[in-house]
Amino acid sequence: MIYDKSIECMDRKSLEALQSERLIWQVTRMYERVPLFKMRMDEKGLKPSDIKSIKDLSKLPFSNKQDLRDNYPYGLFAEPLENVVRIHASSGTTGKQIVVGYTKNDLDMWSTCVSRALNSYGISKKDILQVCYGYGLFTGGLGLHDGASHLGCTVIPASTGNTVRQMNTMVDFGATAICATPSYCMYLAEELESNNLRDKLKVKRAVLGAEPWGEEMRKQIESKLSIKAYDIYGLSEVLGPGVSYECECQKGLHINEDMFIPEIINPDTGEVLGDGEVGELVFTSITKEAFPVIRYRTHDLCRILTGTCSCGRTFKRMGRIEGRTDDMLIIRGVNVFPSQIEEVLLKYGEGITPNYQIIVDRVNNTDTLEVKVEMNEGFFFDDVKSIELISSNIRDSLRSVLGLSAQVTLVGPKTIERSEGKAKRVIDKRKIR
Amino acid sequence: MKVKQVSIFVENHKGALLDIISILGNNNIDIKALCIADTVDYGVLRLIVDKPNEALSLLKENRYVVKINDVIAIKISNEPGGLSDALKVLDEANLNVSYLYAFIGSYGNYASVMLKVEDEDKAIELFKKNNIKLLSDEDLIKKD
Ligand SMILES: [Zn+2]
Repeated sequence: MIYDKSIECMDRKSLEALQSERLIWQVTRMYERVPLFKMRMDEKGLKPSDIKSIKDLSKLPFSNKQDLRDNYPYGLFAEPLENVVRIHASSGTTGKQIVVGYTKNDLDMWSTCVSRALNSYGISKKDILQVCYGYGLFTGGLGLHDGASHLGCTVIPASTGNTVRQMNTMVDFGATAICATPSYCMYLAEELESNNLRDKLKVKRAVLGAEPWGEEMRKQIESKLSIKAYDIYGLSEVLGPGVSYECECQKGLHINEDMFIPEIINPDTGEVLGDGEVGELVFTSITKEAFPVIRYRTHDLCRILTGTCSCGRTFKRMGRIEGRTDDMLIIRGVNVFPSQIEEVLLKYGEGITPNYQIIVDRVNNTDTLEVKVEMNEGFFFDDVKSIELISSNIRDSLRSVLGLSAQVTLVGPKTIERSEGKAKRVIDKRKIR
Repeated sequence: MKVKQVSIFVENHKGALLDIISILGNNNIDIKALCIADTVDYGVLRLIVDKPNEALSLLKENRYVVKINDVIAIKISNEPGGLSDALKVLDEANLNVSYLYAFIGSYGNYASVMLKVEDEDKAIELFKKNNIKLLSDEDLIKKD
């Protein structure tokens, strides 16, 4: 199913003309409305009139997550708040969140992106879609919800948690499609099996995203549940889920190029790389009104696939995310930066930052987070109760800062492995397969 | 009276306890009383030694997390009911005991009990008033 052939299958020449026109519009209005963007343009001696087509894209300055932090919360918005109808946020590298906004038009465009994705998975208005993404500031839940409603699906806004209720809802309400993180979907598959509910399930398709996954996991999910599982990609700074989506070919994710121009760059030099080369994915949003970005560095490493797709879409395809250029971890769909954990630990230990190590693993298809903390005089007491209180306080702080539960293990001093004097902070035992 | 106790963070692995005891023994530090409180992941070893400050710096040199703090030491009769008299005094005054441990020392028919109480000064006052014999550092390390 193709939601909008006139756009998704547009010939490349017309598509590029459309992109050029929209890019010029965006650069011009951002130059007038976003002081940081104007400053960066001026520094390069660039005027909006220097941008004549998408061929000039590489002249434009990059933007990054730090800009969002420096201009928290609304400093990069290109519309006054009276035109902003929705705010979303995600965790940043430090205590502050990354805040994005949407106008009414932005929400419509987002819904269009999600509708295109759902249609390409074979999901239509006849489907009953259970959304098991978190609802709230996270873009996943409401993004999928709005898109599926726009398409006319019967939406079950289940949100996250309570697996027993999720399974009963799925079976009793006759869900034909689900949306979740791949690791939660795997967990659901096993729980459904052990509760003998698999045969009662009507689910045919799963929409999976918000964390990296691979072909091995797809095979397992598809065979365990006898369904088709499709990847959906997005990030809140650019849109949320729906920036790109797989088609029935399951060979790469088509990028909604009429709204987002992708580039792959060398993360060290900023040089633009050719299709097929692995580098950092960069997006320019050419239709967003409230929170547009120019050449936003995602820190995701991937490649743009070469050749045309047999589905008929002309939108370029991106391959699977192969890694990150920074130290961000995605744990149960939540972005986690080691610096957030460090900040929590700093509060304990009376000014001494305790040595720590973050261990991420996947047990029974669920991501686990363990924080090992080296004991020091700052939080050592002669009674176990006081020490346990500290470790449970650390656990609570981590939960509120990260939005994730973590196991806190206190270990002896100087026991955490160090490499070249610097502690090995993160051990990620998961394999993206 | 308050006496000095050395507390050490011990990881739950084979040999950790032996290592600490050996360090002290090799340096002529005499352990008078010992108690360990443990959890699944770690333990807290509490010691009464003859040279607490020396023990502290020795263990720190050996990369242990160590602290010295005060506990109350009392002398009780080594017979049924000996301890309950002392505890009753605290209980009646609503003073919580976080932990205690005892050893039969050089007093023949008496035992020494180390107590960690939430309000130490009040506990001492109560013990004095009730004729419960308090012990000092010197009392504890006195050789027979
Ligand atoms: Zn395709």
